[in-house]
Amino acid sequence: MDLGPYLLFASLEGLVHAAVLSLIALGLSLVFGVMRIVNVAHGEFFMLGAILTWWVSNFVMGNPALGFLLALLIVPLVVGIIAMFSDLLILRHLKYDPEVTIIATIGILYIIQQFALMTFGPDARPVEQPFNIRLDLFWFGFSAYKFFVIFSAIILLFCVWLVMAKTKFGLILRATQLDSEIAQAFGIPISTVYSLVFGVGAAIAAVGAVLIVPIQQAHYLMGGEPLLLAFIVVIIGGLGSLKGTVVAAMLIGISDGIISVFFSPNLAKILATLLVVVVLLIRPNGLFRTIRT
Amino acid sequence: MKKILKANISRRKLMKGIASVGSIVAMPGFVSYSQAANSSPIKIGFQVHRTGIGAAYGRWYDRTTQAAVKIINDSGGINGRPLEIIAEDDGTDPKRGAEALEKFANQHDCDVAFGTLFSHVVIGSAPRAGELKLPYFVVSEGHHVASGMLNRYTLQPGITDVKSQVQAMAPFVKDNLGKKVTMVYPDFAFGHDHRDYFSAAFESQGGQIIAKVPIPPTESSFSKYFPKIPRDTEVLYHVMVGPAVLTFVKELGEFYGSKGPKLFGFIDSVEAVDLSTPGLEFLDGSYFWEGNPRYAQANQTDHDKFYRNAVGVDSNGASVSDPKDVSTYAHMFGCWETLHIIKKGMEESGYSGIKDRAKLIEAVESMTSMPLSQAHPQGAKIFNGKTHQTFGHQYITKMTNGKLVLAHTTSIEDTFYPDEVDYTKQSF
Repeated sequence: MDLGPYLLFASLEGLVHAAVLSLIALGLSLVFGVMRIVNVAHGEFFMLGAILTWWVSNFVMGNPALGFLLALLIVPLVVGIIAMFSDLLILRHLKYDPEVTIIATIGILYIIQQFALMTFGPDARPVEQPFNIRLDLFWFGFSAYKFFVIFSAIILLFCVWLVMAKTKFGLILRATQLDSEIAQAFGIPISTVYSLVFGVGAAIAAVGAVLIVPIQQAHYLMGGEPLLLAFIVVIIGGLGSLKGTVVAAMLIGISDGIISVFFSPNLAKILATLLVVVVLLIRPNGLFRTIRT
Repeated sequence: MKKILKANISRRKLMKGIASVGSIVAMPGFVSYSQAANSSPIKIGFQVHRTGIGAAYGRWYDRTTQAAVKIINDSGGINGRPLEIIAEDDGTDPKRGAEALEKFANQHDCDVAFGTLFSHVVIGSAPRAGELKLPYFVVSEGHHVASGMLNRYTLQPGITDVKSQVQAMAPFVKDNLGKKVTMVYPDFAFGHDHRDYFSAAFESQGGQIIAKVPIPPTESSFSKYFPKIPRDTEVLYHVMVGPAVLTFVKELGEFYGSKGPKLFGFIDSVEAVDLSTPGLEFLDGSYFWEGNPRYAQANQTDHDKFYRNAVGVDSNGASVSDPKDVSTYAHMFGCWETLHIIKKGMEESGYSGIKDRAKLIEAVESMTSMPLSQAHPQGAKIFNGKTHQTFGHQYITKMTNGKLVLAHTTSIEDTFYPDEVDYTKQSF
């Protein structure tokens, strides 16, 4: 394939990847920014979103678009509620101590993963795309649904920004992120906010799962790789900075797409991890630091 | 209370002690099997891929194994003893595979181990089988058994290997599809067998392999590999394994539409995948290697009918209880045939227990011709006792209106290659 079309294909693939990655990383960044804890189980909430999407779409007969829309509405809600419960039942009682929380979220990771294995099983199961249109771009074909994924991610990112910047809820979140003690002094119910944020973070990752699962398949081990990449994105972009997360996700996603296509996918991952090292050496708080450490 | 033996044991306590020990000894199962050798079961350790990348195959290997065991036990077992399967999940992981073999030998007292498919697990487990002196009957297709890499305890009498398969495919591809081939294969032992042996066979026929594209078997998105396929490819040779094979085939269709090169695939790329899934229409007209044709063909034998019925598979190769649950038909027959071979080997060697393991292996090594029969429903086989590998017919089918129709059957001789090892010269 000539260079031009090759680059176009690589960029498109990269954009799809960046779109979903930005959603997953956003959830992680939000949780870290507001609660100051590392959620190692974040990838499993993503996986739960995929599994539940399969379940919903399997349940709904008829047009796959119906099942998909229903999943888009229900699944993030359910995953968010499950996440809230794991905060209420486990993390709250650990008083959000950083090291202990990491261990606890590793435990939550295994519980969710093995529960998925026990109920869903070890196989990968496909979910039908809501519409099956193949765009013939002359040098290669591309799924129209992938464009839909990119478009939806942009819309959702915009909505999150809108909520954070323009609503009272967003104001409360930003206040809690800035200084939780002062926020508490102003009467903000910190523990409720924490639970909600934990839930919202998982829900955003679940939306990413609903979008990606018609392209890939739902599999109980699919949470591992997104988790790793989400951590890389959040560290590079700056913990707590939503703008940084989106920029870093674009960077990682598109470079992964281009390097994967021109060289090899393994090289792309190696370079992404090396980039983390470089960023940490030059700007330890990430590209867009906002957390005062 | 009278004291016995000057110790603080009263007669009452002593009587109670004798009674309880006596009742335990009298309970069934406590008497050691050496006294009841004729009815104790023969234990076969089944190393199964219940989880991990081989899970779809493991599920069907299990069903086929259970069906074969039932048939064997219903007709009297082995030397009058029933067959018992003890299954351990190896997670499709080499390290866990070796641990499973240890459990079979040391904890479960199994007579033999059997059933592994994925090549990296076989290679990781076989050395341990050799150390444990545990006969290890693999159902793997990898060339590693016949290459001499493994040991005298590892045998593959129930399924043919990749080297023999691709050798028989090369002439058909060159004569019917094209001379310039790009190969897409999974980047591990099994895939490397395809890469090395098909290249050699095809090039010796005068063909050309213009590109080789390896893909990790754990990969979940494949589009990024397709731009590496050169524009002047005449035939795309594809074989893929792992949970994401459906994604692989769908993305291939998305990328090429109807404008791509001719396709020659190994059925592995769509094993356990429903061919009526939307997005797979582009496969129509393409050819597949099938170890055992998934769809019942016009020349279906009675043995294939019997086998399908026993395992619970319909004429489309799917489960009779769920038409969406498609089987791994091209591979699972190996379990059925291997268990029948173990039975024959044990009967011919007069196998009575673990001390006869070497005699069992020698009995199997002396087997040669295995005709098409209830025990061998896939077709006739010729077993090479020196290399521990069996050879059989290979089938090429064409996707026609959503079903795979038989286009060509190779002879067994088409698949032969020179011996690379003589395990019979090795000691136990």
